[in-house]
Amino acid sequence: MSYKELNVKILCGEVYMKQNRQHYLLIIPAVILCFVFFLLPMMKLLWLSLTEQQGMSYWYILTKPIYLRSLLSTLLLSLVVTAASLIIATVVGLFLTRYEFKGKPVLVAMLSFPLVFPGVVIGFFVIMLAGRQGLFAELGLALVGDRWTLAYSISGLFIGYLYFSIPRVVLTVMGAAEKLDYNLIEAGRSLGANRWQLLRDITLPALTPGLISSGSICFATSMGAFGTAFTLATNLNVLPMTIYTEFTLNANFAMAAALSLILGFITWLCLAIARRQGGSSLGMGG
Amino acid sequence: MKKGVYFYLQLTFTLVVCAFLIVPIFMSITAGLTNNYFIGIKSGFTFRWVIQVWSLYSDTIWLTMKIALVTTVINVCVGVPCAYYLARTRTKFSAFLDECLTLPIAIPGMAIALGLISVYGGISDFRMSWLFILVGHVIFTLPFMVKSVLAVLQSINIRLLEEGAASLGASFWQRFFHVIVPNCKTGIVSGILMTLTLSAGEFNLTWMLHTPITKTLPVGLADSYASMRLEVSSAYTLIFLGMILPLLVAAQWLNRKPKPRA
Repeated sequence: MSYKELNVKILCGEVYMKQNRQHYLLIIPAVILCFVFFLLPMMKLLWLSLTEQQGMSYWYILTKPIYLRSLLSTLLLSLVVTAASLIIATVVGLFLTRYEFKGKPVLVAMLSFPLVFPGVVIGFFVIMLAGRQGLFAELGLALVGDRWTLAYSISGLFIGYLYFSIPRVVLTVMGAAEKLDYNLIEAGRSLGANRWQLLRDITLPALTPGLISSGSICFATSMGAFGTAFTLATNLNVLPMTIYTEFTLNANFAMAAALSLILGFITWLCLAIARRQGGSSLGMGG
Repeated sequence: MKKGVYFYLQLTFTLVVCAFLIVPIFMSITAGLTNNYFIGIKSGFTFRWVIQVWSLYSDTIWLTMKIALVTTVINVCVGVPCAYYLARTRTKFSAFLDECLTLPIAIPGMAIALGLISVYGGISDFRMSWLFILVGHVIFTLPFMVKSVLAVLQSINIRLLEEGAASLGASFWQRFFHVIVPNCKTGIVSGILMTLTLSAGEFNLTWMLHTPITKTLPVGLADSYASMRLEVSSAYTLIFLGMILPLLVAAQWLNRKPKPRA
């Protein structure tokens, strides 16, 4: 083969493509792992949820009050947490991108550290803040002579969920705000728009995709958060706790399978929405 | 820009939010080091709670490290080739595979754990060993590794690099190890850090998969929160934070933006 021929072949990608078959070798371990330890178990779960209990598992979720209440209260709690973290994070995120000041990198680092704390640890932090001996209890004792103990109720869950949601949303908002076109804001200002008009008409619309994506990630994480609820052992039965009780105390595998698949479907849907908005799927923790 | 009243309002708000995130960490660190938390810092500092935790739970710490390290090794060996394949191939199969590999991020850990128990729970040797937890951790963390490497591979023109190497006569494996891997080093390193932190802190899956003889650190933490006094729980949390904070700092350092040259 002459040099020229070889060159043509390389240009056509022929030499290169010849070894493409070896690509398949690279993927085999991942395929095996994924199939044996993920897809197969998931299919088994689906099968169990459909066949056991005379195939009534999904019907029970809609008709039995304990399951329906758990599902609805988890949805509601996650919605409220998502809304609260979006508002908080938008204020903080916009502030941290707009201004430069001393110590800002430290603040950003502080905001992003809790991102990977496991749910159990966050539950413990809530006890530290709002438990019987916590900071809020001392504060309440000093101010009004009454210990504020929020940790073991729905407000404890709210505090815990907020704790792991805020870092996630703040980082996304900062990412989106950095791409903001400040010329538009300058133009708006020169046309006489005030601070709120600028926020409403320029900044927020530009941030919307980021807010939708981080909001849905936040919602999904809240739905699936098990560790926090487990540590706080609240009287509120959130969905992951219901699944756990069904599995361990009632030994009702089919019901646990059906509930966890419903939960999985909801969180998957949220992350699909997040991905459509171009967000990364950091659905971890809780 | 002139710093008006809005600046200080927002600054205060941001500081309050940061305090909400940071104060509990400091509280648990001090609680783990004070003699008696209910009396306060004036009861004096001590390492006795940390030592007590070590004597009670050191096996969970070693197991956590072992699982995190092995998970990372598997993730590198499986995830990097997989990311390369996904970056190079645009077929329906690769899209399907991408979807399947990302799914464990979206599915709650409990569902994955229940699935694993339903299929393999009957094999008691496997169920009782730490490998059962390892499998869960690999499934849960692999997507993060793949995504992290894939992001780097998609930002560079690997096709061009590979064609250059191929035209110089490099074989496929030479290209893979000497061109592809060095070029996605940052992705691999950040994937490794992420795998280590996630595996060390994983609870949702692990709580379902663990047995009394295979307890990891977060499982022990939940155990101590439920049954131990506050100082012991705090000291245990302190050890856990000591384990993952270096990883977090390393990840931040890696992700820092290169400063624009003046």
